[in-house]
Amino acid sequence: MSDLEDLYREIILDHYRSPRNRGELETPPAHRAEGFNPLCGDEIVVYLELDDESAGEDAVVSQVRIGGQGCSISQSSASMMSAAIVGKTVAEVEELTRSFKAMMSIHEGELDGDEAMPSGQPGESLGDLEALRGVVKFPVRIKCATLSWNTLAEGIEEALAD
Amino acid sequence: MADISVKDAPADPLSPEEIRADFPLFANREGIVFLDSAASSQKPIQVIEAMDHYYAFDHSNVHRAAYDLAEAATNDMEGARQRIARFIGVADSAELIFTKNATEALNLVARSWGAANLGEGDAIVLTQLEHHANIVPWQQLAAEKGFEIRWIDLADDGMLDLSDLDRILDGAKLLGLTAMSNVIGTIPPVRLLTDAAHASGALVCLDGCQSVPHMPTDVKELDVDFLAFSSHKMCGPTGIGALWARRHLLEDMPPFLGGGGMILDVNRDGFIPAGLPSKFEAGTPAIAEAVGFGAAVDYLESLGMDNVRAHEIQLTSYAMRSLKERFGSDITIHGPAEPDQRGAVMSMAYRDIHPHDLSQVLNQRQVCIRPGHHCAKPLMRYLGVGATARASWYIYNDTNDIDLLGDALEAAGEFFSI
Repeated sequence: MSDLEDLYREIILDHYRSPRNRGELETPPAHRAEGFNPLCGDEIVVYLELDDESAGEDAVVSQVRIGGQGCSISQSSASMMSAAIVGKTVAEVEELTRSFKAMMSIHEGELDGDEAMPSGQPGESLGDLEALRGVVKFPVRIKCATLSWNTLAEGIEEALAD
Repeated sequence: MADISVKDAPADPLSPEEIRADFPLFANREGIVFLDSAASSQKPIQVIEAMDHYYAFDHSNVHRAAYDLAEAATNDMEGARQRIARFIGVADSAELIFTKNATEALNLVARSWGAANLGEGDAIVLTQLEHHANIVPWQQLAAEKGFEIRWIDLADDGMLDLSDLDRILDGAKLLGLTAMSNVIGTIPPVRLLTDAAHASGALVCLDGCQSVPHMPTDVKELDVDFLAFSSHKMCGPTGIGALWARRHLLEDMPPFLGGGGMILDVNRDGFIPAGLPSKFEAGTPAIAEAVGFGAAVDYLESLGMDNVRAHEIQLTSYAMRSLKERFGSDITIHGPAEPDQRGAVMSMAYRDIHPHDLSQVLNQRQVCIRPGHHCAKPLMRYLGVGATARASWYIYNDTNDIDLLGDALEAAGEFFSI
């Protein structure tokens, strides 16, 4: 079961069993975005509050809450994401999102025998999120891991559009 | 292994081991435990060879050609249509329309019959058990036409709640009904519902995707007005399904898709549609798939649909009993408690392991089940879950497959409690 243990690292199961930042925020001032994985029925709700929306890319994520339901991969990814982005600026969150997605797609590329695409140095900046690296061996699960990130991006877009 | 006494069980009317020998996939993927036939069944060699033979010996386009080869292709397709029609108790094969799949068949009913007959102030009735294929086409049409959609709820026992049936059906023009839930297996009392619908003046559009592959079907006995079903869930190829409807309905309905093959005459001012079934079969049909569909029906008839149904009730009974005995309160089996009220699908929750995670671990042991909402989100909402883990069986499965499922569940439980 080595592939499986690679997929279900202890830290992933820990975030699944004890999700961080679970709950809701009042809207407004928070923004609410909802994401679905039609494949497996997972639903993620991201509540996002920025300290100063007029600051654009420099606005800081002051609070995040996660709602919805889903598998261990989608839920742990959302939990780790929520822990990683509080206190970061929108620009930093977007960079983190790029790094996280790069980690997914690098490995997709390697599975196809392609050269890894340049990605910056995701290993350093991703922290706990590194644990989700094993997901790329299970291509159908990549959507589970990226669901919360895509939902977060919608939330940010909405927050900045106001 | 579960130690379950089977001494009181009647003998299996099918021989799954012999049947498996007809299905090349089981030899090509040794050790696979395929429990996802509700999504799509495996194919016997007889179907694969019938399609190969068609392409190697008989292929041309059908209809409207004078040469022998075209006649052979036409005969192959029309012969299949006759046998498939007979399989559901229909003598007049012109009433059987080939479609891309059952979804297209249901869309045909909505877009042709529905668009011509439903408008503001009208109502149709659907049930909580429906697959999205028998919901969304009606919602799409309702958004355009402004008719009402009413719902028959599910009762706590997993059967439909018929306590308020007359009021729900009152004044409705159509009842859209599944003959077997693809999620929790419920087999509603179709004839009772049909009688009630007809008494209210409503037609009945039956989704037979799960029932036609698994039990004897006779549209005269069911007395429904439309029946949609698909080939690939009943040993046939993908890419083809069928709609049966009463001849007078089909004659009154406008064509669905326009194009070649569905006309009698065309001039600059308009067209005259062809007769049945061509009127509803625009473009070159899926000829080889029709041939394969016909061979699938032949295969199932050689087993006997009564035997298929009896085999599956036994297997359902064994699965429910043995998994319950083995896992107790760790397992929740959704749907009716009585095996004979159910089809060959079982949606379950096992401990607190998400279905997607469960099926991932089961896959490690080549146990194929399906996690998700099974295209029935209204039902999922009723059950209060986002997803279920669904195992489903067919003619080639036996109690050993159920035991291996149980072993895999046990392993998954151990894995996630590390």
